Amino acid sequence: MTPTSRKWSFVALLAALPLVAFPAFAQSGVGENYRWLTFTVFAAVIAITMYVTYLAAKRVRSAADFYTAGGGVSGLQNGWAIAGDYLSAASFLGIAGLISLYGYDGFMYSVGWLVAYITVLLLIAEPCRNIGRYTLSDILAYRNDPKKTRIVGALSTITVSTFYLTAQMVGGGVLVKTLIGINYETSVVAVGILMLAYVLFGGMVATTWVQIIKAVLLVAASIVIVLLVWAPYGFSLPAFLADVVADPKVQARVSSLLGDPAKAMTAAELGQRFLEPGLYFKAPIDQISLGMALVFGTAGLPHILMRFFTVRTAVQARRSVVWAMAIIGGFYVLTLFLGFGAAHLVGPADIAAVDAGGNMAGPLLAQYIGGGPNSFFGNFMLAFVSAVAFATIVAVVAGLVLASASAMAHDLFVGVIRAGKETTARGQVLAARVATLIVGAMSIGIGIAAKGQNVAVLVGLAFAVAASANFPCVLLTLYWKRCNTAGIVTGMLVGTIAAVGLTLVSPNLTYPIAVKAAAHKILDAEPAKRSAALQALHSADAAAAAKAAKDLAAIDKSVTKANADLAKWANDHTSFMGLEKPLFELKNPGLISIPLGFLGVILGSLLIRDRRAENLWSEVYARQNTGLRVSESVAI
Amino acid sequence: MSKPDVDWDAIIRDPDFQSLHRRKMVFLWGLMALSVTFYFLLPIGAAYFQDLFKIRVWGVVNVGLLFALSEFIVAWTIAVVYSRKASRDFDRMAEKIAAKFGGANRSRKTVAPAHKELSV
Repeated sequence: MTPTSRKWSFVALLAALPLVAFPAFAQSGVGENYRWLTFTVFAAVIAITMYVTYLAAKRVRSAADFYTAGGGVSGLQNGWAIAGDYLSAASFLGIAGLISLYGYDGFMYSVGWLVAYITVLLLIAEPCRNIGRYTLSDILAYRNDPKKTRIVGALSTITVSTFYLTAQMVGGGVLVKTLIGINYETSVVAVGILMLAYVLFGGMVATTWVQIIKAVLLVAASIVIVLLVWAPYGFSLPAFLADVVADPKVQARVSSLLGDPAKAMTAAELGQRFLEPGLYFKAPIDQISLGMALVFGTAGLPHILMRFFTVRTAVQARRSVVWAMAIIGGFYVLTLFLGFGAAHLVGPADIAAVDAGGNMAGPLLAQYIGGGPNSFFGNFMLAFVSAVAFATIVAVVAGLVLASASAMAHDLFVGVIRAGKETTARGQVLAARVATLIVGAMSIGIGIAAKGQNVAVLVGLAFAVAASANFPCVLLTLYWKRCNTAGIVTGMLVGTIAAVGLTLVSPNLTYPIAVKAAAHKILDAEPAKRSAALQALHSADAAAAAKAAKDLAAIDKSVTKANADLAKWANDHTSFMGLEKPLFELKNPGLISIPLGFLGVILGSLLIRDRRAENLWSEVYARQNTGLRVSESVAI
Repeated sequence: MSKPDVDWDAIIRDPDFQSLHRRKMVFLWGLMALSVTFYFLLPIGAAYFQDLFKIRVWGVVNVGLLFALSEFIVAWTIAVVYSRKASRDFDRMAEKIAAKFGGANRSRKTVAPAHKELSV
C-alpha cells in the first residue's frame, strides 16, 4: 500500500465503525436518560486509541516496526503493555466475579496468574530477548532445522492464539452485549474492526499503545472504585471484611452454596465461611493441575513472549517483567476489594441474576458506588467501566492477532515458503498485513460461529498447550545442550496432542446424559419446592413472603432451563467426542500433559542426534547470557 | 548465523563465563524452586489444611487469607531480589565477557541509536 492509499483506507475503516457500533444501542445497561454518557465515554476511548494508531501508522515502515515496534519500547512502557496484554476480560471481570460469588477461592485463583511471571522473569524473558527476533519460532529455529521448527512453532502459535482468541471474541461479544446492550454479532464485528484498524495500520507500535492506555484506564478505574469502597472503613482490612461477613446477603449465598450442612450453622459462621476455602474448588487436584498450566503456560504464550522483542536489551526485558508484576499483582490485590465489595454492597444474588458467572460484579459495583442506577455519577462509572471492558477485549485480541499473523507471515511465508529467497522490507510488511487481515477476518468469523458455545474451557486449553508444548521446547532449547530439531518437533506434537486430546475427553465437554439427568432431577423436585414457596407466599411475615416470591421466580427460571436442556439434548446421548461420560477426570490436563511434553523433547533429542544443534550450542548459550550481538536481532 | 569474528566456544570455555554460568544456575533455579514450592503450598493448604486456614488472627481475617496475601509479597520479593542481584552481579559479569570477546562487534555497530524511546 502506498502511504496515501493507506491513509484513505484508514479513514474509510474509521468512518465505517460508527455505522456498525452506534445505531445498535438498543437496550443498554445504562439508564435511558444517560445513553449519551455511554456514547461519549466510548467515543472518547475509541478516539484516543485511533489517534495513537494514526500517528503510529506513519512509523511502520519495516517488518521490525510492524512486529516489534522497532525495538524502541522502554521497560516501563513494556511492563504496562504486558499488563494490558495479559489482563483479559476473564481476569479483570471474571476474578472479581468469582470473589463476589465464592469468596476466598476466587482470590486464591488470582494468585497463579501473578506467580506465572516469576517463571517468565527468571527463565524466559532475558534469553528470549538476547537470541530472538520477532517470534517464538525464531528462538526454536536458532540452532535447530529452521524449516521444521518454524513449521511446528508457527502451528503451535496459531493453535494457542486461536483458542485464546475464540474465548476472547465470544466472551467479549457476550460482555459487550450485557454491558451496553448491542447485539452479539454487532459487538463481535465492532471488536474485530477496531482491532484490525489498530494492528493493520499501526502494527506493534499501535498495539503497544492501545495496551498501555487500556491498562492505565483499568488500573485507574479500579483504584477509584476501591478507594470509594474502602474509605468508609478508614482503610482497615479487618473492619471492611467484618462488614462483609456480617452481611445477610453474603450469609444467604454461603447457605445456598453449602446446602444441608448450612442448617446447623449460625449466621456468623456462615459469613465467616465466605473467607474460608472450598466454596468453589471441590477437587484439589484440579486446582493443582490448573495452577501448573498457569505457572508454566504464561511463559509459553506467544503473544506474551512477543512483547520481549519490543525492548532493546535483556536489562529492559527484565525491567518490563518487574513492572508488569507490580501492575498485575497490584491489580489482583484490588480485585480482592472489588469482589468482596460487590458481594457486600450489591449482593451475590443480584450479581448472579445478571450473569451467572459473576462477570458483572465489577460494573454493578461501579454503578452502585457512583450513586446507583438513577444517578449521573453511577451511570458515568458504569459507562466508564464498560468502555474499559471493551478496550480490554480489543487490546488483548490485537496482541493475539499480531502473534498469529507474525507466525503466519514471518515464520511460514518468509521463513519456510520463501526460504533462501530475498524478501524486501516492503514485501515483509505487506505479508504481515495480509496475514493480519486473514487472521482478523477469521477471528470475526469464529466469534460469530461460536455464539452460545461453552468457551470457558478454551482459555484453560490455551494455557495447557502453551505449558505442554511451547514451554518445554523453549526452555530446553535455551538450557539443554542436547536439545535438537527432533526433540522440538516431538515435544511440540506430543505436548499439543496430549493437552488437546485430554481436554476433549475431560469433564469440560457437555455430556448429554448427565445434563438430562440433572434436568430431570430439577423437574422432579419442582412440585414440592413450588408448594412450599406458595405456602410461604401467603404467610403474614412480609420478609418471608418477599423471599418466597423470589424463590418462585428462581424455580421458574430453573424449570425453564431444565426444559430447554432436555429439548436441546433430546436426541443426543454422547458428547462431541462420542463419549457417554468423561474418560479423564481432570478439568485441566496440565498435570499429565506438561510432563509428557518435556518427555517428548527429551526422548526426541536423545533418539535422533543432530550435530548442527550441538555445534551451535556455544553460540546460543553465550549469546543468551552475554547479550552479545543482540543489536543484530533488534530493529535495523 | 555465526560470524567468524566471535569465537563462541572460547566464551563458553572462559573462566569468567563459567563462573557466571554457575552462579546464575544456582541462583535462578533456587529462586524458581522456592517460588513454585511456595505457590503450590496455597492450593495444598486450602485443600488439606483447612483447619489451619480457618484460624482467625486479625479480626475476621484468617490464616488462609493472610497466606494468600503473602503469596503476592513473596512473588514481588523474589522479583526484586532477582533483579537487584542481576543488575549488581550478572550484568557486570556479562558486560565484562562481552567486552573481552565482542569488542569488534560493539564498535562495528552503526545501527541501534542510543535508546530511542517509543513515541508516537
